[in-house]
Amino acid sequence: MTEAGTWWTLLAAPVLLLALAGLAVAGSALLDARDAGRPVRVATLGRPFLGVPRALLAQPRRLPAPDVLLWRAGVITVPVAAILSTLVIPFGGAVVADLSVGVVWFNAMEVLTWAGLWLAGWGPNAAFSLVGGYRFLAQGLAYELPLMFALISAATGAQSLRVGDVVAAQHGLWFAVWMPFAFVVYLAGVLAFSFLGPFAYPAGRDIADGVLGETSGVDQLLLQAGRWLWLASGAAMAVPLFLGGGAGPGLPGWAWQAVKTVLVLGLLVWVMRRLPVLRADRYVEFAWVVLLPVAVLQTLVPALAALG
Amino acid sequence: MTGVVLLWVLGVLALAGGVLVFTLDSMARVTFALLGSLMCVGAVVTVLGLPYLGVVIVLMMVMEMVIMAVFMIAYMMNPAGLMPMSMLHNTRGALVISVAVFAALVAGIFVVPWPDRSPPRPRDTTVQVGVSLMGEQMLTMVTLGFVLLATMVGATALATRRGRYDRLGDDLDQRPAKDPAVGGVGR
Repeated sequence: MTEAGTWWTLLAAPVLLLALAGLAVAGSALLDARDAGRPVRVATLGRPFLGVPRALLAQPRRLPAPDVLLWRAGVITVPVAAILSTLVIPFGGAVVADLSVGVVWFNAMEVLTWAGLWLAGWGPNAAFSLVGGYRFLAQGLAYELPLMFALISAATGAQSLRVGDVVAAQHGLWFAVWMPFAFVVYLAGVLAFSFLGPFAYPAGRDIADGVLGETSGVDQLLLQAGRWLWLASGAAMAVPLFLGGGAGPGLPGWAWQAVKTVLVLGLLVWVMRRLPVLRADRYVEFAWVVLLPVAVLQTLVPALAALG
Repeated sequence: MTGVVLLWVLGVLALAGGVLVFTLDSMARVTFALLGSLMCVGAVVTVLGLPYLGVVIVLMMVMEMVIMAVFMIAYMMNPAGLMPMSMLHNTRGALVISVAVFAALVAGIFVVPWPDRSPPRPRDTTVQVGVSLMGEQMLTMVTLGFVLLATMVGATALATRRGRYDRLGDDLDQRPAKDPAVGGVGR
């Protein structure tokens, strides 16, 4: 039922992802203005985008003995991996590449941000940004395994790693309904790999913005874009994995996919502003002692359903 | 045809990454040269028709190499692995061993009786990999899993200086536990 590989999907996927990320940034700016008591106007939505031309024109900051090659590689990896992850996300009836291992592909692209952020921390040869890179790894060790088990739960429920099959397996009942815990863990994982909100620890204010601190101009733009692109990509992937994909009454598939994605994105933007930043050492213990065992038990549910 | 070209390109890139591991002088660059090489290996496995194994190799190797970078830099003898350094130790012995291993592996390519693929290849090979690993070899996999887990727990228990009496006091009744870093669930 999914049509793969038409040429225009290759262009449409990044554009759609960028639009979604922009929507999230604008929404967050709107909430910012409301919380600060500033008047909420149309111009408020455009405010964060004023930084884009400024970043493009900014003079790059020079540092003593940076590892330029690795730094650039890391900075580019984060947004590029986010865009590559959308290859397997079906949008209505269209998908760029209907890989037989789509779920693993998404996971692998997400893990690339580990390398990207550590390199972005290492490259500038500065203490705080390296601390930020290390912080992301500590956080990664906490969020990654529960997230993997959440993905495994969805794949086990569908008995397939193909994202199209995961969607098809949810006819009648969404995975979010009978695997609620996997859904919640997945959403927490989305916030974690986009290092936003409670997981903004690697770019924490206490270490002068950490991995983002030494970047300037285009580099900073790419890393910031990477965060929001990942948030958008994670929200878009939540729909086929847990919310029945494009299925719904009345509207065509792409419209339902868009509606559900925007709702998930809105939820994520709202939640990430509500929670305080979590320290990685605290979250690691919580993840390993509470989240991981429950995530394993959650995987047992579709596994038993598949056997029975 | 595209497949053959891809295999050659990826193979050469993997080898080049392997060479860089021993010629670069920065711990971070060495680690990521190795990662690049292993990602090419993952791509080779994918081109050979095992996309699951290929993508999983990439996934696991990114995580492993990044964690390895942390430990390599932390435990290097010079100031925290931050200075330029050589990756070569015991050059002659290593050369002999590596040439012997390489020769043995290449010989293996020609000695092993490869099956000629008469039935058509299945569209999704992930199931076949799963069945051949988890079907007849289930006992091996389960045993391996437990051995690995026991090794990890044992190594951690041996390596840590603090035991439960340090954490919970002489009568094991000290709550919350006395830890250098406070955890998230207040055990």
